[in-house]
Amino acid sequence: MMIFLEQVMAILWKDVRYELRSKQMWTGMGLFAILVLVIFNFAFDLRVDNKAAVAPGALWVAFVFASMLGLGRTIAAEREKGSMDRLLLCPVDRKAIYLAKLLGNMLFIGVVEIVALPIFAALFDIPLFVGVFLPVVLLGTLGIAAVGTLFSAMAAATRARELLLPILVFPLIVPIVIGAVRVTGSLMVPTANEPPWLGLIAAFDIIFLSVSMLTFEYVVEE
Amino acid sequence: MKPVSDLCLEIQGLKKSFGFKPILRGIDLELYRGQRMALMGANGTGKTTFLRILAGLTKPSAGVVCVNGLDIVQNAQQVRRLVGFVAHQPYLYEELTALENLLFFGKMYTVIDAQERAIYLLRRVGLEKKARERVTTLSRGQVQRLSLARALLHMPQLLLLDEPDTGLDQEGHELIEAVLAEHIAQSGTALFTTHQPERALKLGDSIVLLQGGRIAFQQRTAGLELDSLQLSYTEAVSL
Amino acid sequence: MALAKRETNIEQREVVVGTTKGSPGRPIASMILLALSFVSMMIAIGMIFLYVPTDAIEGIPQRIFYFHVPVAWIGMLAFGVLAIGGIGYLWKKDERWDWLARASAEIGAVFITLALITGSIWGRTTWGTWWTWDARLTTTLILWFIYIGYMMLRSYMGRTPASARSAAVLGIIGVIDVPIIYESVNWWRTLHPQPEVGVPGALPPSVVLTLMVSLLSFTLLYSFLMIQVYQLQKMQTLAQRMRASVE
Repeated sequence: MMIFLEQVMAILWKDVRYELRSKQMWTGMGLFAILVLVIFNFAFDLRVDNKAAVAPGALWVAFVFASMLGLGRTIAAEREKGSMDRLLLCPVDRKAIYLAKLLGNMLFIGVVEIVALPIFAALFDIPLFVGVFLPVVLLGTLGIAAVGTLFSAMAAATRARELLLPILVFPLIVPIVIGAVRVTGSLMVPTANEPPWLGLIAAFDIIFLSVSMLTFEYVVEE
Repeated sequence: MKPVSDLCLEIQGLKKSFGFKPILRGIDLELYRGQRMALMGANGTGKTTFLRILAGLTKPSAGVVCVNGLDIVQNAQQVRRLVGFVAHQPYLYEELTALENLLFFGKMYTVIDAQERAIYLLRRVGLEKKARERVTTLSRGQVQRLSLARALLHMPQLLLLDEPDTGLDQEGHELIEAVLAEHIAQSGTALFTTHQPERALKLGDSIVLLQGGRIAFQQRTAGLELDSLQLSYTEAVSL
Repeated sequence: MALAKRETNIEQREVVVGTTKGSPGRPIASMILLALSFVSMMIAIGMIFLYVPTDAIEGIPQRIFYFHVPVAWIGMLAFGVLAIGGIGYLWKKDERWDWLARASAEIGAVFITLALITGSIWGRTTWGTWWTWDARLTTTLILWFIYIGYMMLRSYMGRTPASARSAAVLGIIGVIDVPIIYESVNWWRTLHPQPEVGVPGALPPSVVLTLMVSLLSFTLLYSFLMIQVYQLQKMQTLAQRMRASVE
């Protein structure tokens, strides 16, 4: 068990160092998320009265699109240079590889979220860090990344990976998007009789994290 | 006949197709501990595919491959632990330093005392001064040496080398010879590919020629003349 | 130490192709299914248009219900078969499971498209809109997207073991996700009530009977089509293999 976790950390640390030293994705993704929010502001012509209706959606659309950009990253890095063979050559558990990639993706998406959230709060003039906000962002991101990491490995083998990844992932993460937007919305404007969205997202996360972890080796091995 | 317990590698009816193109059409081979076999063949005859299967990077389409009695499909992870592969690609991380690479792979192979082993190997392949340099700054020959260190890190039983001389100078060639000799002396087994009959004769104790996805020719090098080998090689290759 | 020779199915298939045992495609079973589905389809159509009384509220257009429900059901069933084919392939590594999955995917995609079209038409006649975000129709739409994603994946990855494995994983994830998607859309719908495409309340026996007959006939049709498309997949694979060995 300890060895497993050590290997996960080793791969994660290696990926983080790789990204830091090649300096490619971070700034782009952060900028992208902010731009999406700004465009939403114009597209929906937000006034005080309709802000609450649109803001949660805008936030999560920005997160989902930024996630799609970031998801390709860790897998593409391996695939480009002699593919994931470097890792597959070693007797390292494929589940550990998946977890490391997942955590790496969450880290990158997390950085974007940390950048985008204060901007979001400022642009839409909305107080955010209350109640279950951080949990829903965390759990929602986990769900998107859990499914996305698996499918970016799949799509990486094809020519049209940037196109295929959203086509495969968007339908599957519908429950997360619905739930996360509802929870975010009800934080801004409390509503009664909300179904247990957070529980649904958590269940989604547990289920798909497990399934992805188990099926990852079939996707990634030759 | 050597006792079966000395059998390192046993292959029966190995076939491999990519999509629908057959590359290997039925290979039978036995390698005992302490043997060093040269694998020759024209480009594209499946030498690299063959090594990749042994290294656990791809699965056979048919047939049985066993390393130390362990099936390469059923016990894939255990077999990977026993095999070291110096491939055409270095299988190194460009943005990490030489030492960081070895420490990383040490973690992946769960090598005990990885730090010491890494430093020892860096010294052995002549890269101790480059330990803290990123791989992108190393020359082709230095990368090849580091790749060799990576392959030896976990003390493999079976060492696979795909044209190990490429990119190396005379000193590098001698390093390969020395490392190979050490490995064999420790009851290891080695299988290497080469295009040069002289190298095959020098480094190997037997030669195998791959052609049309099958073994066309298998012989011990003891008593084999370079000229006759060269002749048979060019004959077989031109068929 | 005797090592058993283990041949994977690619090699076993090569032996079988030499004989023509499986090749003609089980003609007897095919013929029977064709006859059965034709007969039951005729009966179903007869019942739908002549036997079942016209719905009091919705009128004649309500009869679409007898096409929409079975077709949507087959679309779901086909996806389940696709997932089973995927699991079978991952487990047994036999490409026949993959042929099963691919066949079901192609047929299922068509049925799901029909389900969307009939559902949309029905919604139009009942509520006046071409689309409504009710739970069932929305889930059907999302399933449609998953089917399309599956076909795109297979198309991009070609006819390789890697393609079969990835598609199997997609099928497994999809089949687990669809109920969750349905539930989440359902919860969402209760907050924003949508026009519902469905028949509420208890159904009179004539309606149930007609629905069952219609369901049966479409299922027979699906089975017949499955055999055909499965054979097609088999032929395509064998043809590609022969072409490659000649080149």
